[in-house]
Amino acid sequence: MTKVIVVTSGKGGVGKTTSTAALGAALAQSGQSVVVIDFDVGLRNLDLVMGAERRVVYDLINVVQGTVKLPQALIRDKRVETLFLLPASQTRDKDALTDDGVARVIAELREKFAWILCDSPAGIERGATLAMRHADAAIVVTNPEVSSVRDSDRIIGLLDSKTEKAEKGERIDKHLLITRYDAARAERGEMLKIEDVLEILSIPLLGIIPESQDVLRASNLGSPVTISSVESAAARAYQAAALRLCGQDIEMSIPTDKKGLFNRLFGRRAA
Amino acid sequence: MRFRGRSYMAFVLTPELPIADWLIELDEWIRSSAGYFVGRPVVLDLSGVTLSSDRIAHLISELSARDVRVMGLEGTQAEIAPGLPPVLRGGRSVSSIEATENPRTKSPPAPAPRKEPASLLLSSPVRSGQTISFPDGDVTVLGSIASGAEVMAGGSIHVYGALRGRALAGAGGNRQARIFCSRIEAELVSVDGYYRTAEEVDASLRGRPAQAWLNGDTLMVATLE
Repeated sequence: MTKVIVVTSGKGGVGKTTSTAALGAALAQSGQSVVVIDFDVGLRNLDLVMGAERRVVYDLINVVQGTVKLPQALIRDKRVETLFLLPASQTRDKDALTDDGVARVIAELREKFAWILCDSPAGIERGATLAMRHADAAIVVTNPEVSSVRDSDRIIGLLDSKTEKAEKGERIDKHLLITRYDAARAERGEMLKIEDVLEILSIPLLGIIPESQDVLRASNLGSPVTISSVESAAARAYQAAALRLCGQDIEMSIPTDKKGLFNRLFGRRAA
Repeated sequence: MRFRGRSYMAFVLTPELPIADWLIELDEWIRSSAGYFVGRPVVLDLSGVTLSSDRIAHLISELSARDVRVMGLEGTQAEIAPGLPPVLRGGRSVSSIEATENPRTKSPPAPAPRKEPASLLLSSPVRSGQTISFPDGDVTVLGSIASGAEVMAGGSIHVYGALRGRALAGAGGNRQARIFCSRIEAELVSVDGYYRTAEEVDASLRGRPAQAWLNGDTLMVATLE
C-alpha cells in the first residue's frame, strides 16, 4: 500500500528539502521503493541536495503536461538503488502545474513505489496546495521559533481543509518534525521548548533533528545526511523518524553530538 | 372645532382597458375569493386608463354591484362630477397584498421551522489563518485558538484551550456576551466592538484562565481564579 506524504512547513528555510532527502534515503535504505518529488517549480533544490543536478533531463512539468513519460523523468539514485527523484523544472513557474496533471502523476507513481515524498515549496500558494492535495499524510517541518510555529499552524489548517482527503471528510495524518533543535540554546531559553511547540500545534511528534554541521555539509556535498554520515546525531534522528513513519514505536530522544550518548528528553508523544 | 389628519390603509384597484374585459377578470377572481372586498375600503387607480367622469361613475356602479365600495380615486385628470368619491393624492404603497390572500382558501400556517440551537461547538483547534464566524450565538472551542486565527460570535466565546488569536464576542450588538478561556494569550479580545489588544491586557493575566466582559463602555479582562 503506497503512502503519499507531503513534507511541508509554510515558512521557508526550515529544512523541508533536507528532511525530504534524508527521510527518503533512510526509507530506501531499508529496501523499500521511494520516490522524492520536488514541487518547488522555479526554485528547485532537491536535485542539488540529492546530488543529481547533473543528471536532470526531464522534469515534473514535462510529465504533468504529458510531453514525456514518467520513467523518462525519474532519476535513480547512484548510492541507494530503490531511491528515485522526480525533479522540478527551474525554468517554469508554479502555474505550469495543473491539478489533473499532478493527480495523474501521483496515481501513476502509486503503482510503482511504496513511498512518495512530496517536497512542498514554502508559502501557501498553488505549488504548496498542489503538493499537499493528494497526500495521505503530512510531515510538518518546524523550527522551534515562533514564526515557524505559527506558519506551521496555518499549514495544518490548510491540510485539514484543502487536501483531497479533507474534502472527502477524512482526516489526513499529520506528523511534526522539529528541525534545527539546539539543546544548548534551548537550555538558555533562546528557543521555544519542545513542549510548547507540541502544545501549540497539537499534532504527534515524529522526530527532533538537532542543529548539526553534518546536515549543512551533507547538503553541500549533494548527499542526504542519512547516506553521507550515517553515524551522525542528525542522521540517527532521521532514521528514527523514518522508522516511526513505518509504524514502529521508538522512544523519542534527542541524539546529541556526543558520540553514543542519547540525551533522553522525554518519552511521551503528543496527543 | 378641530380637524385632524389620519392615515388608513386602502386597497388599490387598477382597472385596465378594455374595462369590460377587466371586469370579467375581476368577476372570476371574486368568484374564487367570495366576500373578499366586503367592508374593505378600495381606491381606484385610474392612471392606466383615460376615462370621462360619466364612464368613471359607470365603473363605480359596476363595482358596487360586486360589493366593492370605492372610497376614493387617484391618478385621473378628469373633471369629477359631484357625488363621485374624491380624488386622493400622495398615496404611499405598502408591501403589496397578494391577490391569493384569501381567508377561506388559505391553508393553515405552516408549523414554525424548528429552531436550531444557537451554539457552535468546535472540537478541533482553530488554526492560524482560519476565521470562524457564527453570528447566531455562542461558540465553544475545545482546543486552542492559534495566533493568527479569529473567532467571531454573536454570543459568548468559550475556549477550553489557550486563546492566542482574536476573539470577537457579541458581534451584532450583544453587550451581555463574554469571552472565557482557560489560558489568555490573546492578540485581541472584543465584546460588541469594544476591544483590547494584547498590550492592553494586564501582563500578569498572561497564561491564566480569564474572562472578558463589557462594563459600561469599558472592556474588562480579569482572571477566573
